[in-house]
Amino acid sequence: MTEAVAAILWLSLTVYAVLAGADFGGGVWDALAWGPRARSQRLAIATAMGPVWEANHVWLIFLIVGLFTAFPPAFAALAVALYLPFTVAMIGIVLRGAAFAFRAHGREAVGRLEPWGVVFGAASVLTPAFLGAAAAAVASGAIRVSGGSVTSGPFAGWTTLLAVDLALLAVSLCAYLAATYLVVETEGERDLQADFRRRAVGAALASGAFALIGLVLAWFSARPLLDVLFGRGLPLLVLALLNGPLALVAVLRGRPQIARVAVAAQVVFVLWAWAVGQWPYLVPPDLTFDGTASPVATLSLLLVVVAAGMAVLLPSLYLLFRVFKGRVPA
Amino acid sequence: MDQVELARATMGTSLAFHIVFAALGVGLPLLLVVSEGLGLWRRDPVWTDLARRWSRAFGLLFAIGAVSGTVLSFELGLLWPRFMALSGSMIGLPFTAEGFAFFLEAIFLGLYLYGWNRLSPLQHWLCSIPIAVSGAASALFVVMVNSWMNSPAGFSIQNGAITHVDPLAAALNPSVSTEDPHMLFSAYTVSGFLVAAVYAAGLLRGRSDAAHRRGLALGMALGVVAIALAGFFGDASARFIYQAQPAKFAAMEGVFHTERGAPITLGGLVLPSQQRIVAGLPIPYALSLLAAFDPNAEVQGLDAVPAQDQPNSTIVHLSFDTMVGLSLLSGVAALAFWALAWRRREIPTGRWLLRALVAAGPATVIAMEAGWFVTEFGRQPWTVYGVLRTADAATSSPGVGPTFAIFIVIYVALAAVTARLLLELARRRREA
Repeated sequence: MTEAVAAILWLSLTVYAVLAGADFGGGVWDALAWGPRARSQRLAIATAMGPVWEANHVWLIFLIVGLFTAFPPAFAALAVALYLPFTVAMIGIVLRGAAFAFRAHGREAVGRLEPWGVVFGAASVLTPAFLGAAAAAVASGAIRVSGGSVTSGPFAGWTTLLAVDLALLAVSLCAYLAATYLVVETEGERDLQADFRRRAVGAALASGAFALIGLVLAWFSARPLLDVLFGRGLPLLVLALLNGPLALVAVLRGRPQIARVAVAAQVVFVLWAWAVGQWPYLVPPDLTFDGTASPVATLSLLLVVVAAGMAVLLPSLYLLFRVFKGRVPA
Repeated sequence: MDQVELARATMGTSLAFHIVFAALGVGLPLLLVVSEGLGLWRRDPVWTDLARRWSRAFGLLFAIGAVSGTVLSFELGLLWPRFMALSGSMIGLPFTAEGFAFFLEAIFLGLYLYGWNRLSPLQHWLCSIPIAVSGAASALFVVMVNSWMNSPAGFSIQNGAITHVDPLAAALNPSVSTEDPHMLFSAYTVSGFLVAAVYAAGLLRGRSDAAHRRGLALGMALGVVAIALAGFFGDASARFIYQAQPAKFAAMEGVFHTERGAPITLGGLVLPSQQRIVAGLPIPYALSLLAAFDPNAEVQGLDAVPAQDQPNSTIVHLSFDTMVGLSLLSGVAALAFWALAWRRREIPTGRWLLRALVAAGPATVIAMEAGWFVTEFGRQPWTVYGVLRTADAATSSPGVGPTFAIFIVIYVALAAVTARLLLELARRRREA
């Protein structure tokens, strides 16, 4: 039962990363739009995000709610230990969403709202960065809990060099996802597509570099994380290491459809290598999934609600993406 | 302010900000369903055009509602970690269900907002229905959680530990049947009256086209039905509180001493230190009569609970009277509108009536906020009534003060820009 619920939550985190991550990446490229086609780049990003970003964002809410329903003490510990990075991420989420909405209206209905463009870009960088840093705190086992109270202090784990590196990795992965998706979205506009292909390659190289630096930093400062990745997480880590170059080749060779899948898979492999490796711990080394799980009555009812909800949700999501992301051969 | 007060202020500000957008997220889709449906059914472009106008404004309002709602889901943990650790297993399910409802609302909103040219008119209209349904559902689910905090159920406590968790009983706790419909119809009230206020303001400025008359009529149609039902369930809610939360009830009505045949005091300022209300208008026996249908029924006073368990009766009584008073005035304005419409067989556009309706829009918003003040301040000093004190629920993390300050700035900025964009949107629309 706990396994099933844990898997569902980790799945929502994965979907959030793959879909909403690209929306944050879109914000990164919006901020970095340059060259003669800067305006077209921003337009392509806004067009791609418009119909889907709010739905993509709900996966995070789903994750938060699921976490406090199924593992309340772990949720409380994370909220205390990571108060500061979560608060920054939360502010980023508010400002990013509001700025996007303001600009979506600004673009079509009102004059230019340049300051909100800056806010949109900055918030799109801050949010994944601080979520990445928070993930580093959890993965490196820096959050200590005893007797239900967090004992490791408000800065533990997310202010290390490793956390900075993983923050940068999170941002560059978001940018990588976004650029790759945008290559698909801009099919038919050769120059614009080439812009995003170049950006995808840049983000791919940056992601790879930050990932390798992360492994080195972990060797020096967070051995438990290495044990996780090279322990039970090894098969997935190997897949990630093999898939990474493959995805890059697909981008370079101009196979946007394959590249889109491969880059998304890369994010999936990284997250699941972490998840599988860290099992049965939710917040290592003190809190396990089983030890913090809600009573069986809650978990089983949660599974029922999720099953019923998904039965309505998945067809609706399919419809949304078919209408706006389906490739209609024109 | 100490840590607990800062946490309360932060949460309260976030809720007060979010609730306006949330209420519109519940009510506006219903108006979209009706007006676009009428446009389709009667082949009348004026109705379709109304829906089109609202859809862009709604897109903006929904986005702000979505992000401010996300803040709340974070703040539950960040500000009240011990509340969540205690009650997550009991109240998580309505929250999860709300998550799904919100998900559907976001999906179909995406289809609706961006699908005007991609879907057939019928398909497009069909997309508005799940928005309205899931908007209402998410309100019902999330208020279940607040109901649980007022009348916790579905568990037992043994040696300070929670046991025998029954999440279904927690979700369907005793105050759901009154608090849930009260909030749902309040959301419809606010949406109907605000839309009516916008068109009443336009008519006052001489824009008397068909769209303005229909917008006004549709807003008033929703408003008059919703405010009546909100009042009905509000009354039922007060009677439930009389039974289940006597301290809150005493604070609402400013009753200090337990008595039979209690009077109701309209208005007035409660002075807890002197244990009396000044400048209020007492109506003998009315409170006992309203609360229990018996003029001699006993009403518990604040003296029935220890001083440290009493809510702030000054705020609660003032908020309660504000809610009731403004709602009654708004309801009268709506009734006057329909009485005149019925007599004249046309949409009435008298200046005084329109002015009253312009005022009634914001008045219903204030009434709704005041209602939340009643339920939240009235539950203090408890977060979970009788189970968990607010002081014990708050976080110990440093940084709550700066968070509060930052969010005040953010909310003021968002409110100002949203208002400016909505006005700008309306102006462009007129010029086009």
